[in-house]
Amino acid sequence: MIPLSWYLILAAALFCVGLYGVLARRNAVALLMSLELMLNAVNINLVAFWRFQAPASTGGLMFTVVVLAVAAAEAAVGLALILSIYRQRQTVVAEDVDQMKG
Amino acid sequence: MTAPQIAFLVAAVGTLGSALLVVTVRNLFHAALWLVVTLFGVAVVFALLEADFLVVAQVALYIGAIAILIIFAVMLTQNIMQTAAAQANRQWVLSAVVAVVFFLGLWLILRQLPGFSQLPAGSVPSDSLPRLGQAMVAPDQFVLPFEVASVLLVAAMVGSILVARDK
Repeated sequence: MIPLSWYLILAAALFCVGLYGVLARRNAVALLMSLELMLNAVNINLVAFWRFQAPASTGGLMFTVVVLAVAAAEAAVGLALILSIYRQRQTVVAEDVDQMKG
Repeated sequence: MTAPQIAFLVAAVGTLGSALLVVTVRNLFHAALWLVVTLFGVAVVFALLEADFLVVAQVALYIGAIAILIIFAVMLTQNIMQTAAAQANRQWVLSAVVAVVFFLGLWLILRQLPGFSQLPAGSVPSDSLPRLGQAMVAPDQFVLPFEVASVLLVAAMVGSILVARDK
C-alpha cells in the first residue's frame, strides 16, 4: 500500500515546480501552464486527503470537481486576456505589459 | 515493493520530470505537449487513489479542453516570441531558490502532520460514483456549489468572448 506521505510530497514538489514557472517564465501563456501545474498539485492533495481520511463521504471529490471547473474558467479568461493584449500591444511577455505599474 | 507502489513511483517521476520540462523548455509548443504528459501523470495518480470520476474528468477536461485551449493560444501568439529569445526572466535563479526553500518548508510542516505516513483508512464504497452524482444535485448537499460552478463557467465563457473579440 502507498502511504499518504508519498502523495503529499509529490503534490508539494509539483506545486513548487509550478511556483518556479510562475516566477521565472516570461511568456504569459507559459505562466498559465505553470498555474495549471499548481492547481493540479492542490487537486492531488485534496483527493489524497479524501482517500485517506473520509473515503465514504463525497465532499472531497466535490471540492476537486469545483477546483476543476474554476481552472477551466480561469484558463478561458486568461487566454482571452492574453490574445487581447497580443492584438493591442503585439507582445505576450508578461513584464512588457506594465501600463498600470506605478 | 508492491505493484501499486511501483506504479506510483513511475507516475510520480513521469509527472515531475515532464512538469520540470514544462517550466524550462524553450519551445512553448513543446512545453504545452509536456503539460499534457504531466496532466496524464496526475490522472494516473488519481487512478491509484481510486477516484474513478476524477480520472475521467482529468482526461476529458484537462487534457481534452484546457490543454487544447493552451495549444491554440500558443499557436495564435507564436510568431511574436522566437524560441531564440530568453524564455526565463532575470530573476530565475532567485525563483529557483524560492521554489526549493518553499518545498523544504512544506516538507518540514507536512512531516509534523498527524497521520503523515498512515495507510488508507477504509475502502472506497463501490457505489461512490452514483452517490457523487446524487450529492451534486441533492438540496441538502452540494447543489449550491454545483450551480455556482455552472454560473461561473457561463460568466467566464461570455467574458472571454467579449474580451477576445476583434473590435
